[in-house]
Amino acid sequence: MSEKKRRLKLSIPEQEVMRPGNLACQGCGASLAMRYALKALGNNVILDLPACCWSVIDGPFPYSSVGVPLLHMAFETAASTASGIRAALKVLGKEDTKVVAWAGDGGTFDIGFQALSGAAERNEDIIYVCYDNEAYMNTGIQRSAATPYGAWTTTTPVKHFKKLPKKNIVEILAAHRIPYIANLNVAYPEDFIKKFQKAMSIKGMKFLHIFSPCPPGWKMKPDDTIKVARLAVQTRTFPLYEVEDGLKYTLNVKVNKPKPVIEYLRLQGRFKHLTEEQVSTIQKNVDEEWALLMKKIDKE
Amino acid sequence: MKKVLMGNHAISIGATLSRVQVIAAYPITPQTQVVEKLSEIVANGELDAEFIKVESEHSAMAASIGAAAAGARAFTATSAQGLLLMHEVLHWASRARLPIVMANINRALAPGWTIWTDQNDSLSQRDTGWIQLYASDNQEVLDSLIIAYKVAEQLSLPVMVILDAFVLSHTYEPVEVPEQSEVDKFLPPFNPEWKLDVNNPHAFGGLTAPNIYMEFQYNHHNAMLKAKELINKEGEAFGKIFGRTYGNIDKYKTDDADYILLTSGTLARTSNIVVDSYREKGIKLGNLRVRTFRPFPTEEIYDALKKAKKVFVVDRNLSYGHSGIFFEETKASLYNSDLDIPIFGFVTGLGGRDVTPELITEIVEHGIKSEKPENDVIWMGVQK
Amino acid sequence: MFKPGKKINFNSAKDLPPTPASVGDMTHNFTGSWRNLRPIIDYEKCIDCMICWKFCPEPAIFIEKERPKIDYYFCKGCGICVTECPVKCIAFEEEGK
Ligand SMILES: Cc1ncc(C[n+]2csc(CCOP(=O)(O)OP(=O)(O)O)c2C)c(N)n1
Ligand code: SF4
Ligand code: SF4
Ligand SMILES: [Mg+2]
Repeated sequence: MSEKKRRLKLSIPEQEVMRPGNLACQGCGASLAMRYALKALGNNVILDLPACCWSVIDGPFPYSSVGVPLLHMAFETAASTASGIRAALKVLGKEDTKVVAWAGDGGTFDIGFQALSGAAERNEDIIYVCYDNEAYMNTGIQRSAATPYGAWTTTTPVKHFKKLPKKNIVEILAAHRIPYIANLNVAYPEDFIKKFQKAMSIKGMKFLHIFSPCPPGWKMKPDDTIKVARLAVQTRTFPLYEVEDGLKYTLNVKVNKPKPVIEYLRLQGRFKHLTEEQVSTIQKNVDEEWALLMKKIDKE
Repeated sequence: MKKVLMGNHAISIGATLSRVQVIAAYPITPQTQVVEKLSEIVANGELDAEFIKVESEHSAMAASIGAAAAGARAFTATSAQGLLLMHEVLHWASRARLPIVMANINRALAPGWTIWTDQNDSLSQRDTGWIQLYASDNQEVLDSLIIAYKVAEQLSLPVMVILDAFVLSHTYEPVEVPEQSEVDKFLPPFNPEWKLDVNNPHAFGGLTAPNIYMEFQYNHHNAMLKAKELINKEGEAFGKIFGRTYGNIDKYKTDDADYILLTSGTLARTSNIVVDSYREKGIKLGNLRVRTFRPFPTEEIYDALKKAKKVFVVDRNLSYGHSGIFFEETKASLYNSDLDIPIFGFVTGLGGRDVTPELITEIVEHGIKSEKPENDVIWMGVQK
Repeated sequence: MFKPGKKINFNSAKDLPPTPASVGDMTHNFTGSWRNLRPIIDYEKCIDCMICWKFCPEPAIFIEKERPKIDYYFCKGCGICVTECPVKCIAFEEEGK
């Protein structure tokens, strides 16, 4: 083996801005998401962070793991705080510094939604990131508007698992006609980083929605994080697409031969209780949503 | 230059002269002219600032926090329901030790819907860790904003400048508008040591364990105590340049007074008229206006009251099930002193009911006649 | 590779910044102690595709002389690298064995 020619070609940037030693659980998708994001963002960025798992992951005073300036803030303020930081940088002549709001699904779909919609309507020049682990994980796995149909959480116990669909946050943001919206997934780092880079090159409001598995919250093995995230795409549960100016839809990862959704569900204890019939309901929903999306995708 | 200004415009001009850099505000009666005027000033390029037209007061304060944390001088203004909506992030601003200055126009709370003045909105924010200054005329409103930044930025503490709805916000009064160059000499640019800085990255406000949380509160409290000195010091320094001096308290004929009214806001101006009429009758009445409510100027209040026989606190606010709030605070802060005089607590003027010289006279008469207060709340002007 | 950091202690209110502000990173926190299973790369079989490096959330895999190297100070033992390795060259062995 030693004679093998080693010319490393890395598909994502080698630089690490995020530091290890952080407090994320084993196999945390949110931790990996931040690592990728900072690879793309580099050091000329300011983060603001509402209450979420990342408030803990980053580490307690007097430490931090992100390696860039970060402002911890109240749960519902990711977008409004970022707007304030952006305005300050503008008057202070530091327009090249990027401002990133980094929130969970609870902070985005639910409690922080008003501020997010406000910032989107004002077309603030910020990158709003939602790492979506489909529940309130920081407080111990309670349902959010991002929790999908069928999932167990502590507030949607097996007997009363969530019977409502996941809020379609991308469509809601698209209705704001902001310059850039994209779905990202930790199992697709190249696409992930490309989308961050694209967001950085665009002025105005950007919304990046990251599929981010949570092993304890989803009752799955930590080593399955990437597998599950990949299956979310391969089963068409979480399509990787982007929306420009609220109108131009592009599918970034084609899924010509989708795997059955059960393959995705099976690896996660939060779906364990589902009957065959319920699984086929989910399959049907996935197929319908995909068909709807395909109608919007630009076919050049 | 002398101008005739409504309180809301005095606020806008005070903020402009302070060269605020980020404004994030949301309209609410009786504050709307503040946002309107500032929008105009920024749009005309008279002030090099960003105005974020946020979608709520909660976002106004959150944006102010973001802006101040990034090193910009931040300003907002609100009233009543708007201030209450901010409550969570008011705590955040002060604990983050950000020198944000805000004007709050005292408006009573709903229900029933009301737009008229009382102090329950701002006094409900008593423990948010903000400095609170209550102004009694439009000149003071303008001047206080400038002084507020000077104090705030030295102590890393936010300041609320408070004025009465309509009685000041919409009433035109002659106001001396200082020269920008003079204000610039008094108030240097904001340049905080700790800020969001890509060349010197820190994470602010992370998880803080019981072994060290309390030390931050200790420092915050001490900074508040220091504010007592600094408000007087900067109020005097301001006076040297502009000829108008301000402090934590404002004494009107209290030095030899047997009876002292203790008031705040515009009630103090009505009370001064009553003081004069009693003085004409040979009765030694005085009026102590408390301008700084947080930090509470206990020592100065003690000094002002120590020779009096009785004190009549007039509260345009109420802590339900207890008493008027200035009364409660005054009484409590003097409890361990050697002062043993009756302190009367009158509650009046809620929801903008007029407080006339006649009503203040009734208060004084009631106090002089009674040996001791019969109750912690003596209602005045209520139709029982 | 990240150098193991030091703990920072504040014992007096006088030394504190005005608000809780970080002055160091978490590299004093050896999350390697969380591990039950230890990933071990068989460099004979490793094809240097760097997929393990790519997917490690910490980051606890770094590149040394163009090869992946696991930093056991920080590797939490999640097993993602073990599962994702395309040639299955990362063994997962019980700690302390
Ligand atoms: C106003 C307010 N309500 C409730 C909370 C408690 N809280 C903190 S984090 C959190 C859930 C966060 O969920 P999400 O945004 O999805 O992030 P995650 O923890 O899943 O990463 C809740 C409910 C809070 N901090 N503030
Ligand atoms: S609970 Fe889930 S999201 Fe939170 S740190 Fe753990 S794995 Fe990550
Ligand atoms: S086991 Fe997990 S933490 Fe350890 S090196 Fe592999 S991917 Fe990284
Ligand atoms: Mg979540």
